Amino acid sequence: MAKVALSSIAKSFGATKVLDGIDLDIADGEFLTLVGPSGCGKSTLIRIIAGLEHQDAGSLAIGGSRVDHLRPHERRVAMVFQSYALYPHMSVGANIALPLTMARLRLWQRLPLLRLLSAERRAVMRGIESDVAAVAAQLQLGHLLDRKPAQLSGGQRQRVALGRAMVRNPDVFLMDEPLSNLDAKLRVHMRTELAELHKRLGTTFIYVTHDQVEAMTMSDRVAMMDSGAILQLGTPSQLYEKPASLKVAQFIGSPAINLLPATVAEGGRVELFGRPLALSVPLEPGQAVTLGLRSEALSLVQGEPGGGRAWFSARLRRKENLGSEYVLHFDLAGRDATGVTMRATPAVAAGVNEAAEVTLGFEEAAAHVFAAAGDRVEPRGQGAATASVVPLRAGA
Amino acid sequence: MTLALASASGPAPAARRRLRIERVTGLGFALPAFVLLLLTILLPLAVLLWLSFTNYEFGGVDMDWVGLANFRKALADPIIRRSLVNTLLYVAIVVPGGVLGALLIAVLVHRRKRTRSVYEVIYFLPVTSTLIAMATVWQFLLHPSLGPVNGVLKWLGLGPVAFLSEPSTALATLAVIGIWQLLGFNMILFLAGLTAIPRDLYEAADIDGCSGGIDRFLTITWPLLGPTTMFVLVTTMITAFKIFDTVAVMTRGGPVGSTEVLLYNVYLEGFQYFHTGYAAALTFIFLAFILVFSAVQTFALDKKVHY
Ligand SMILES: Nc1ncnc2c1ncn2[C@@H]1O[C@H](COP(=O)(O)OP(=O)(O)O)[C@@H](O)[C@H]1O
Ligand SMILES: [Mg+2]
Repeated sequence: MAKVALSSIAKSFGATKVLDGIDLDIADGEFLTLVGPSGCGKSTLIRIIAGLEHQDAGSLAIGGSRVDHLRPHERRVAMVFQSYALYPHMSVGANIALPLTMARLRLWQRLPLLRLLSAERRAVMRGIESDVAAVAAQLQLGHLLDRKPAQLSGGQRQRVALGRAMVRNPDVFLMDEPLSNLDAKLRVHMRTELAELHKRLGTTFIYVTHDQVEAMTMSDRVAMMDSGAILQLGTPSQLYEKPASLKVAQFIGSPAINLLPATVAEGGRVELFGRPLALSVPLEPGQAVTLGLRSEALSLVQGEPGGGRAWFSARLRRKENLGSEYVLHFDLAGRDATGVTMRATPAVAAGVNEAAEVTLGFEEAAAHVFAAAGDRVEPRGQGAATASVVPLRAGA
Repeated sequence: MTLALASASGPAPAARRRLRIERVTGLGFALPAFVLLLLTILLPLAVLLWLSFTNYEFGGVDMDWVGLANFRKALADPIIRRSLVNTLLYVAIVVPGGVLGALLIAVLVHRRKRTRSVYEVIYFLPVTSTLIAMATVWQFLLHPSLGPVNGVLKWLGLGPVAFLSEPSTALATLAVIGIWQLLGFNMILFLAGLTAIPRDLYEAADIDGCSGGIDRFLTITWPLLGPTTMFVLVTTMITAFKIFDTVAVMTRGGPVGSTEVLLYNVYLEGFQYFHTGYAAALTFIFLAFILVFSAVQTFALDKKVHY
């Protein structure tokens, strides 16, 4: 049980700056995910929190007190590694017990031969065994305690690594891509298990992944990182619905957000393919902007385009069947480089023919506008309430 | 029931034929390797065994079948017994020194980042230099009156020690030289073993509270070096058991037989006295020991050190 506070954490390896002044406050009991492309510094950050790496600048507090000078095990954190890092020569039981034997026995009581002299050792070991058994039962590992890690499946190894982390009742759980060595099906299953484990334990979880689906499905809050900085911190829905920058918008969501080139016309009105939209932004006319549209924001327009809805023409390239729904891939008419994706029900998808030209429409309120530098631009009058879009469109 | 019986009576003729062809093909592929094994190893061994049952003398024109007489003589021969004891004593000093010393150096060198390769080269030098050449250096170093070792001892107030000509110190001195020559090679093997231990195991151990040097060594390094240690142990034992060159050039088995070792006696019997049959029997005894060392590795310890 502890909150974690990072302030201006910086780290370089030689001349490469890996972390650039990270500020992050993680609440007690929160499930916070660090997500970002590979190489953006997520592992370095979590390793600094664990104490495996030392920051060049900035400070770190766990549970309200500074821990910069503490060694990893003194920080009361537990870590699950991507490789699981199980001790290959020890049984599952011994793997899970190790943090406890280290904490509860003195050095001489752990040494070969010398430990036979200790009278209290047996009592301590019995206590450790029952604690290990309790953790193993929670993770359905009870029947595997005598096996070696090499004799376990990937999912079981993963659970042993979790057990080794849980057994000490740490204040903070750190996990560095713990699911990336599992096959797809097990990964989905373990997502649920981890989320439930977090709910049951109520401990602070800091979770690193490059997979935005993991970040979106499990976390209370997500910190999206890129090039050693946090681009946006917020709940999964905040990141999805109000991405702070083009990079966040592109990274979060599957299929990836559709990006269309647009320009700012007189009065800040946004123009898409030469047609003005019912959308105006506080930018100078003539500037190029990027319009972001989620695939579910698009829909087919039957009959004549217009009628109060923004539209553009497209040609179907490919249908992707996901079972419950389809993802339709379109090429934009006359623009080979840009394509868009649209989610559709099987019924709607059945009505679209390959290579047929269709009209796609969207509500301007659902569009994200990004300035040329990549920052999000709030449309005028839309910041307060989405309802204010209606009069704008009425005026169009 | 009848169906089960029919299927149990063996595969169909076609399948049986295919099986036979497969078997012949397999033998065909194995044949070249087997012939090579036969010609280079098994045949010489058979000749050796046959010789050990005769009283053949090198250069002689005839020989007699003497049965086990050579072996009986060897086991009763006090010189052979003494040389066997000396050899085992030598092994008993060189193995712990050469294995534990190399392990210690490897652990220390492994931690060095930039200077590691320098240390590797330095410790490996004795391996690359021929022992015969280095023996002269040792002889000078250990010389009772001229050698710097005795110079230091004298400076410390200790009397000069005639390391190689004193029966009580000669074998131990040879053992130290043996260790000196083995350390580098064993260290390289241990370094390879250390490098193969994943770094994140040490990091996991750090987080689990296993961060002291002794704990880390006992919990991770030592167990995970098991297979390497096993290999180093057995090769060191065999190398030490084959001690010959330092004895031949530095002591010739003396003083008063204190450094007579098994292989040196084989050499004397076979190449100085030309008792070829007797030397063959001694060689067989020698090989029996080597076999025991290898068997210990294969059967007794191999299972325990792998995980
Ligand atoms: N020990 C190290 N020495 C040098 N560079 C490193 C080291 N660890 C990480 N890096 C570099 O730091 C950057 C961030 O690495 P990392 O934190 O592992 O990224 P992520 O986990 O987000 O994929 C990478 O460019 C990587 O090459
Ligand atoms: Mg990483």
